[in-house]
Amino acid sequence: MNKAKTNWPVQILITLGSLLILFPLYLTITIALKDPQQMAQSIIAWPKHLHWENFSQAIQMTNFFQAFKNSAIITIFTVILTLLTNSLVAYSVARNMHKKFYKFLYYYLVSAMFIPFPIIMLPIVKQTSAWGMDNIVGLIFLYAVYGLSFNIFVYVGYIKSIPKELEEAAMIDGAGTWKIFWKVIFPLLTPINATVGILTALWAWNDFMLPLILLSDKNDATLPLVQYVFQGQFSTNYNLAFSSYLMALAPMIILYLFLQKWIISGVTKGAVK
Amino acid sequence: MNRRKYAFLIMTLPAVLLFFTFHTYPALQGIFYSFTDWHGYGPWTFVGLKNYINVFQDDRALHAYLFTFKFAITTTIIVNVFSLLIALGLNSKIKGRNFFRGVYFLPNILSVLIVGFIFNYIFAHILPQMGNSLHLKFLAKNILGDPNLAWIGIVIVAAWQSIAFNTILYLAGLQTISSDIYEASSIDGAGKWREFWSITFPLIAPFFTINMVLALKNFLMVFDQIMAMTGGGPGESTESISYLIYNGGFSGGEFAYQSANAVIYFIVIVLVSIIQLRILQRREVEM
Repeated sequence: MNKAKTNWPVQILITLGSLLILFPLYLTITIALKDPQQMAQSIIAWPKHLHWENFSQAIQMTNFFQAFKNSAIITIFTVILTLLTNSLVAYSVARNMHKKFYKFLYYYLVSAMFIPFPIIMLPIVKQTSAWGMDNIVGLIFLYAVYGLSFNIFVYVGYIKSIPKELEEAAMIDGAGTWKIFWKVIFPLLTPINATVGILTALWAWNDFMLPLILLSDKNDATLPLVQYVFQGQFSTNYNLAFSSYLMALAPMIILYLFLQKWIISGVTKGAVK
Repeated sequence: MNRRKYAFLIMTLPAVLLFFTFHTYPALQGIFYSFTDWHGYGPWTFVGLKNYINVFQDDRALHAYLFTFKFAITTTIIVNVFSLLIALGLNSKIKGRNFFRGVYFLPNILSVLIVGFIFNYIFAHILPQMGNSLHLKFLAKNILGDPNLAWIGIVIVAAWQSIAFNTILYLAGLQTISSDIYEASSIDGAGKWREFWSITFPLIAPFFTINMVLALKNFLMVFDQIMAMTGGGPGESTESISYLIYNGGFSGGEFAYQSANAVIYFIVIVLVSIIQLRILQRREVEM
């Protein structure tokens, strides 16, 4: 292997390929900033006059800030609830795997990964609406519960690699099980908490199906759901539609620009585990 | 020591109860109602296996299974081939490696639904315009409007977005291979092609397994893209299984019938996952 030389054929292919990834995003930005007349001249060219008013119009039409707030609340609280509860269960299971009951729990929770959502879809809608959970709180609960299967799997693998001596030392100092978890174990879980947190955030933020079937109040709608609901009203006003899409995509893209390294390694670790 | 035992139990119980209430219980309910004639409201009676027999004789359901498998298998192959190629590219000596890695991963963080809407526009306006100006007849019309071609549009969108994740996984796999091995093989005079098949590919076989299994499972669940791009149409040509269950169950008053369909779907997914894991793991051992 020659260490210093750039492999030009590969460089060119990778560059061209990246254009295929970036083109739809470029298109989204240009269309969001044009008006229909500019569209008629050329769809692809960068607009000479930028129509920022498309954004304010789309904000008004879709009640953007409300949807943004809903998505943000759902994502933040789902992540917090998931990290706190799922790690706790995983700790308890990981430290008691030699007991039948906990072993059963582990396989019970993990095997649920094989159950496709449609089998739950119809009954859960009846259930949540009967219990008054067809709202944001219900969604947060469901995300925390439905993530459990996968997260237990990831957490238990990691906790098993933490030596028990640490806990035994803390126990001799008189710390109870709860205190040991919060003071000793939870801080040690930081890398895996980051992985679970990132995957959960991506899922809760971008998910479309659960909000679609569960939410009954229009004011609870999340960003992806809003795009779907307004699809008919945008009709052929593509500029408005695309400025709305762009605003819905932007928060995650901006986060990604800053946290790229974390997000990529988090997602990779989650899958390799 | 007893207090410790007690604490461990309390740590698990709330979450397990919630899991049972919101996951296992509705799943059992779904299975239960699949043996009834419930519409989702009003009275119901047991009908035995009637729903199941009807699903097998339902052309629409069979078509949904065919479409879903055709879509899932095609997309899995395309995604894995391209992901592996891109990962090999990103792992070789190029400038701006981290930048390109960032670009190729970007689609993974975007909403599937919104990406679907954006591609909708590309298929409806950009590609036909290009087709007209380049006099390419097959591009000149919106492929999403053609019952025979619409599924290809969905494959393209799903692949565009999923390649991101699989590429990063393959890249992680490639980075576990030490460069010493390649140096040894180039001293032995092995060509690039040979090197890939006898060194690189066997060494990343576990990543190949994960990627194939995850990709196929995800694509068998395809839903968001269908909702964004075709709504199951034209006609019923792009109805996936998830979409059919959603549509028939919520707006068609087929709660019990689609529950039976969902149970069959569940069995199919489990079987496919097991078979796939068996085959791929055996290959890993052989290599």
